[in-house]
Amino acid sequence: MTINIQFYPLGEQAIVAKFDSELNENTYEQVCNFSRSLEQNPIIGTIETVPTFTTVTIYYDPFELVRAYQSKDNNINKSTQSSYNIILALIQDRIAKMKKNITIEHRTIKIPVCYEGDFAPDLEYVAMYNQLSTEEVIQNHSEGEYLVYMLGFAPGFPYMGGMSSKIATPRRSEPRVLVSAGSVGIAGEQTGIYSLDSPGGWQIIGRTPLTLFQPENESPTLLRAGDRIQFYSISIDEYTVLEEKQK
Amino acid sequence: MTLKILKPGMLTTIQDLGRVGYQKYGVVAGGVMDSYAARIANLLVGNEEDAAVMEMSMIGPSIEFQEDSLISICGGDLSAIIDGERVPMWRPIIIKAGSCLQFSNVKSGCRAYLSAAGGISVPEVMGSSSTYLRAAIGGYEGRALKQGDLISVHQSDYIGNTKIQSFLQLYSTSLKSFIPLPWFVSEYSLPAYQSQVMIRVMKGREFELFQDESITSLLSETFTIHPQSDRMAYRLNGAQIQLKTNLNMISEAVTMGTIQVPPDGFPRILLADRQTTGGYPRIAQVASVDLPLIAQLKPGDSLMFQEVTLEEAEFLYLQQEKDIHILKLMISERWRRGD
Repeated sequence: MTINIQFYPLGEQAIVAKFDSELNENTYEQVCNFSRSLEQNPIIGTIETVPTFTTVTIYYDPFELVRAYQSKDNNINKSTQSSYNIILALIQDRIAKMKKNITIEHRTIKIPVCYEGDFAPDLEYVAMYNQLSTEEVIQNHSEGEYLVYMLGFAPGFPYMGGMSSKIATPRRSEPRVLVSAGSVGIAGEQTGIYSLDSPGGWQIIGRTPLTLFQPENESPTLLRAGDRIQFYSISIDEYTVLEEKQK
Repeated sequence: MTLKILKPGMLTTIQDLGRVGYQKYGVVAGGVMDSYAARIANLLVGNEEDAAVMEMSMIGPSIEFQEDSLISICGGDLSAIIDGERVPMWRPIIIKAGSCLQFSNVKSGCRAYLSAAGGISVPEVMGSSSTYLRAAIGGYEGRALKQGDLISVHQSDYIGNTKIQSFLQLYSTSLKSFIPLPWFVSEYSLPAYQSQVMIRVMKGREFELFQDESITSLLSETFTIHPQSDRMAYRLNGAQIQLKTNLNMISEAVTMGTIQVPPDGFPRILLADRQTTGGYPRIAQVASVDLPLIAQLKPGDSLMFQEVTLEEAEFLYLQQEKDIHILKLMISERWRRGD
């Protein structure tokens, strides 16, 4: 990989690899590629890996690293054996050895959304704001393909990119005290799905009957960073049937 | 073994050292606020450091012990009493069946940890016993403890029942409802919990983007803990911290001890239940060794920041881990000798 990567510490137990300061799909491919490499083949002494839009954060145990690597040669310069320098050298080594131009397989996940009635309290506002009909908003939202850049804010909440600017709408001036889990919202040029009942200020244009956060499952979230998402419109009746199936 | 909650206290939850490996799913790490106290509490009763403990804040619970038990209380001093008599902290205690542990007032700190030999038993969620209140998962039914809850404790295998039994036999003529063991953690090994503390911090990633006067304020003025503070973050009252220019950040990773500054200029120290990522500039990062001191501050308490380098913070951390390791060896030697 030839791109310019910056590294910096996040306290004395985590290091961040920042792939670029601009968010784009190319940068994100690098983020995905690197974090998957670490997941599939973890570096000794590391604890967990967290990808975000442009960075990969690696949490590690300084004690473990020093114990594992201080005595060995391991290509690590003896004069720079702080745990940060050890992890930095290991990560740089890993990145250098990573294959160029790997194409990552992205899962494509289709998400049913009911854009009707009480499920879509802000649909009309979004339509009005963008001088469109509600049908046009629904069509626009459900024909796009979105990329899940990361999960955050709440367990399983996907930050997605790729929404059309034609339906972009600012956040509500007064956030709601309670937004139901499954609510599909718009905030600026982002779209997202609430994974838990929580307060929130996004413009809610629909709801999915799918459960985004299932703590008892081995994979506790429906979506993962790197997934591609397509929404499709369903009726209230279809919503009810699918909701039953989830139980 | 079972503990019965007679009164829940202000906020009593089951916690361990946190949920590891799920931050990439947006799941908070959670866990105890003061990991030093919780780890020592576990070691003193022969548990693994990461066994589940009870974290109590400010006003402690009342707990009835239905069988003879070996416990330890570490952390902030919430005035533990049994039958009106003070229970010493930072040491193993044998408590007799039918006794009731209560707490009266906060003497120091904010949170105390109760460990029981064997460790508290609750179903694990994503590999952890930690309660995460916002998602209502983990711990005891995903919530703070309530009156009438019955908390199970695993059978202790490290110490083995025989050792506890021999102690009980030794003291069987005693009418006392609890018996402190004759050894304890030296006060030189204890964190200096105070209501005014000096906290060591490293420069955060966006440190240079703040106004010079703001950086001077951060490193020289006193900040107090705002009442709007919880296990997720402490909000600080004091000088308002300003950026040089407006900044539109993309969310990046944050961790325990990250100090973020939202647009209102009042810094927040992120703690156990922090979100996994954040979009506010990170002015500083608390050195891990000083996190227990912060965890024990309560609203109105104050702190000052002192800058250290990453190398210094690393050194302090490794030193502390070595000390805990030595303590662990000494405690297991005590139990092996059986005195």
